[in-house]
Amino acid sequence: MSSIPLQSRLPKTYRIKEITQETEMVRTFTFDGSLGAAPGQFLMLWLPGVDEKPFSVAYDDGSETKITFFAVGPMSETLAKSKVGDLVGLRGPFGTSYEWKSGDHIALVAGGYGAAPMFFVASEAQKQKCTLDVIVGARGKEHLLYLKELESLKNVTLHVSTDDGSVGHKGYNTEVLDQLLEASADSLIDKVFACGPEMMLKSVLTVSQKHDVPCQLSLERYMKCGFGICGNCVMDPTGMRLCTEGPVVSGEICSKLTEFGKYHRDNVGKKHEF
Amino acid sequence: MNLSQTVLGITFENPTVLASGILGLTSSTWKDVAKKGAGGITTKSLWAKEHKGHPNPTIIETEHWMLNAVGLPDAGPEKANEEIADFMKDHPVPLIANIVAGLIEDYAKTAEGLVPLSPDAFEVNISCPNVEDEFGKPFACSAPDAAKVTAAVKKVVGDIPMFVKLSPNVDNIGEIAKACQAAGADGFTVINTIGPGMAIDLRSRMPILANKVGGLSGPAIKPIAVKCVADVYSATDGKCPIIGTGGVYRGEDALELMLAGATLIGIGSAVARYGAEVFAKVSNEMQQWCTDEGIDDIGSLVGGMHKELASRNG
Repeated sequence: MSSIPLQSRLPKTYRIKEITQETEMVRTFTFDGSLGAAPGQFLMLWLPGVDEKPFSVAYDDGSETKITFFAVGPMSETLAKSKVGDLVGLRGPFGTSYEWKSGDHIALVAGGYGAAPMFFVASEAQKQKCTLDVIVGARGKEHLLYLKELESLKNVTLHVSTDDGSVGHKGYNTEVLDQLLEASADSLIDKVFACGPEMMLKSVLTVSQKHDVPCQLSLERYMKCGFGICGNCVMDPTGMRLCTEGPVVSGEICSKLTEFGKYHRDNVGKKHEF
Repeated sequence: MNLSQTVLGITFENPTVLASGILGLTSSTWKDVAKKGAGGITTKSLWAKEHKGHPNPTIIETEHWMLNAVGLPDAGPEKANEEIADFMKDHPVPLIANIVAGLIEDYAKTAEGLVPLSPDAFEVNISCPNVEDEFGKPFACSAPDAAKVTAAVKKVVGDIPMFVKLSPNVDNIGEIAKACQAAGADGFTVINTIGPGMAIDLRSRMPILANKVGGLSGPAIKPIAVKCVADVYSATDGKCPIIGTGGVYRGEDALELMLAGATLIGIGSAVARYGAEVFAKVSNEMQQWCTDEGIDDIGSLVGGMHKELASRNG
């Protein structure tokens, strides 16, 4: 995973150009500018006078930037009340991005709002003649995101799973991944990318390793600076800084992280189990 | 060419030390920074109990400066003990435990709790400029207050060497150092961040840091660090080792601080530019310069400017 050294470490304010209500709790904001982000990278979004938090980039086409977020917690709930034309500060892009080669066959596994960065990957990868199997999972039908957008892309086969079985496979998206990798045992699928809750990622790692297919996973830890100096997002036992050496981490590195799938640290560094 | 420095009985394989507040959250990070070339590690500031930092944004940077108001977050003694004990098992390089408090008695309490873990040294942070809202002017801004904290900590740390971290935001840093020396300080860390400073976003008309103000660091502050190190060295007659900190990005920056009087070199903000590899980079550049100049022992440079001035004044 390589990172892009050219980044802004001072927020610049942009206006919200468009707001799309995706589901009851999930919105997509479009901003009137680009940070030059690659799929998998994140930005720090500052609400003046409120807080600043990391967000995955849902789209950046060189002229505008999108984020898709779930209104949970004080910062994102306040953000959800913003209107078109309001100012937010953005800095970045930070961290590593997903990496593929032209013509690759990639399985993308998206859990919850992980569908947004996976759509960004799919839309870029299909331009490079990649074949994509995208598995979008959620608790139920009403929480599924980006299905229409993904369906509209060339070379994308869409798979859906819901915990309650309201649509698609009843159960986890990682079960669908297992079936796909099983069916392509003669290594049709070159790599697996995943974004979603950590326990889902842990399962993606196990399934990918079982089929001997390399994977790239997008992890989350509490971030402050975003550029590798405050040390709040370091992971045990290697001490890697997730904001610069992640958030997209290879399965190989993930399997060396003893805290992966076990615990994370809060804003003072205290451990919390998943 | 020998880069190692023995300071107050502690040997550092090279003079570079991770400055407090940078990357210092866990033992695994300290080990990683040591593996990548730091001669020593300073922990983040440790409190007597959990301390919340400031909300984000906490750190912003341009090519010339960095402004931070992280606000010294710390999970408290239980986590500190766990991380320090883990590091001391391997003990790849010396560990300096940095402590902070709002009250003098809490400095002593935190230090006392850490003594059984045998850190190689203590660093007493009396100079953070971004918790003024909470605690008022830092102790480092008054010679009597700075001396009181020094004496209280010295009483409990016994033989473990103690560095006092001084503020550049005073007009009498030499006098303050002298008062701390008399109260038992073994050495000094010079300097903490400058200011505080402020940055405002034009369109929203809001200060960018959530705390509004923050300590200034980065390339621009090196001349102030050099001057403060020189002042402290003179005031203490070169008898107290100094960890010179402020604006070190290259070997030449480190050597300049040594000529001013530093024995060890703290590196912080430069980690944002070069990663933890900055320690090896600075060490290699120091080594190269010394080799080119025919200098065998880096220690011979410490206080070199003072010696040169004295020799010219005859």
